[in-house]
Amino acid sequence: MNEYKLIADHLIYEYNKGTAQARKALDDVSFVLRSGEFVGLIGHTGSGKSTLVQHLVALLKPDSGTIYYEGADIFEKDYNRKALRGKVGLVFQYPEYQLFEETVLSEVSYGPKNMGMDKKEAELAAYAAIKRVGLEDECFDQSPFDLSGGQKRRVAIASVLAMKPEILILDEPTAGLDPAGRTELLDMIKELKDKEGITIVLVSHSMDDVAEAADRIIVMDKGKIIYDDEPRAVFTHIEELEAMGLGAPEMSYVLHELKAAGLPVDVNAITLKEAKEEILRALA
Amino acid sequence: MIRDITLGQYYQADSVVHRLDPRTKLLGTLVYLISLFVFTKAWVFVAAATFLLICIFLSKVPFSYMLKGLKPILFILLFTLVLNMLFTKGTVLVSWWKFSITEEGLKQAGYMGTRLILLILGSNLMTLTTTPTRLTNAMEHVMKPLKVIHVPVHEIAMMMSIALRFIPILLEETDRIMKAQLARGADFESGNIIKKAKSFIPVLVPLFISAFRRANDLAMAMEARCYHGGNGRTQYRPLKYKGRDFAAYILLLIYLAAVIVIGKFLNL
Repeated sequence: MNEYKLIADHLIYEYNKGTAQARKALDDVSFVLRSGEFVGLIGHTGSGKSTLVQHLVALLKPDSGTIYYEGADIFEKDYNRKALRGKVGLVFQYPEYQLFEETVLSEVSYGPKNMGMDKKEAELAAYAAIKRVGLEDECFDQSPFDLSGGQKRRVAIASVLAMKPEILILDEPTAGLDPAGRTELLDMIKELKDKEGITIVLVSHSMDDVAEAADRIIVMDKGKIIYDDEPRAVFTHIEELEAMGLGAPEMSYVLHELKAAGLPVDVNAITLKEAKEEILRALA
Repeated sequence: MIRDITLGQYYQADSVVHRLDPRTKLLGTLVYLISLFVFTKAWVFVAAATFLLICIFLSKVPFSYMLKGLKPILFILLFTLVLNMLFTKGTVLVSWWKFSITEEGLKQAGYMGTRLILLILGSNLMTLTTTPTRLTNAMEHVMKPLKVIHVPVHEIAMMMSIALRFIPILLEETDRIMKAQLARGADFESGNIIKKAKSFIPVLVPLFISAFRRANDLAMAMEARCYHGGNGRTQYRPLKYKGRDFAAYILLLIYLAAVIVIGKFLNL
């Protein structure tokens, strides 16, 4: 029973209900999250992925269907949704635009303080979170607005991590970062799962972001879940994915081309490392 | 939550009212608003309400959607009603302690309430059926004579159109930031008024920063496209009156005549 951390049960949600612009953002969406897994949530712009993750922390209420966190219905009247948001942390898209405090330390302590920790506890949690995202000690007393874009984003992620969530949801965390910043951030997220056992949901429109780290990939299109499977199985549907405007990781394409050119490679390798080994094996 | 505010937002639909020249709608609304304040007679309000209902029906904007626009003024409305009811002197109907409700007070409250509701609905109908660009375009046209006395008409119109354009964007931004802070455990509802006001700092600071950033970006983008104010600037789609506009003006005149006749000459 306890294996399922979170269950989404037939969620339906419509934007601008009852007007001419009504649009179904979630259309009968069901899935489960297990403790300690890394899930990639993939979809094109407007596929409903951001709407979905806002439901997971009870920021939006579904028109029908519900969500269970550790067996409790989070839309029940007396459910403590504030406490839920501590346990299921959501990092919004471009989270650096929500910074407001005078120093990085007080910025990151905002969340833990809201969760009811006293000043000392909150600052300790903040300290650990800032270290966790790889920021230097000098940053602590700096204004978050003086930091670089990439550092700001780390501060924002730390501000959610400081609440010590059991599930961490990141909505397009790599948007607008340079390639090096992107790799660093993705490595850090993977570490959070491996070292601290935090369940991760990584929302993205890029297969390359999730191909390597995810244990499972959920593909959304037009408010529906199309695939919910392990990466390799999802990438076999390459044509369908392309029709949705998504495509497969870069490596898949390289291998497919090589195969078409007559090199006997297995096209199921998805990461750079696997592809390298596969090509070397085929050449040998 | 915050998306429910319909004030100043455009409602997309294909209707006669939508297609009217914005100048017609602007002047029409102005005349309508004035007509609400000239006479204080029940039948005038009946005529005004009927006229507005016809316009709403023609505009294809759902009535429930129009009513949502009244929500923000609900407090002012109640306040006016209560004040008028309690502090108008006249024939006392009910008396309790120092307060008394008079017949005149009830009447006055009824008139003021109806006036306010029609006022808001009337102006909302204009903004709901006219895109901000077209609306300010109309304003620029109507205010043109003021150019003679060196009023920067074009600049004022441009500022207004930008301000209007940014209302939905800033609302959306507020919604987004509020959600982001809620996700960090913010609480905007509990506590006394000071605590509540304080809880909005984490929303207001990022909102101001983003507003300034947007203003900066916009100014840069406009300059990059050589914008330099109104001198010698032509229009992509110049405004032109069509048959339906004349029909609308005639309808407006009939309404105006009806209101004057009812208000001035009839003793209902």
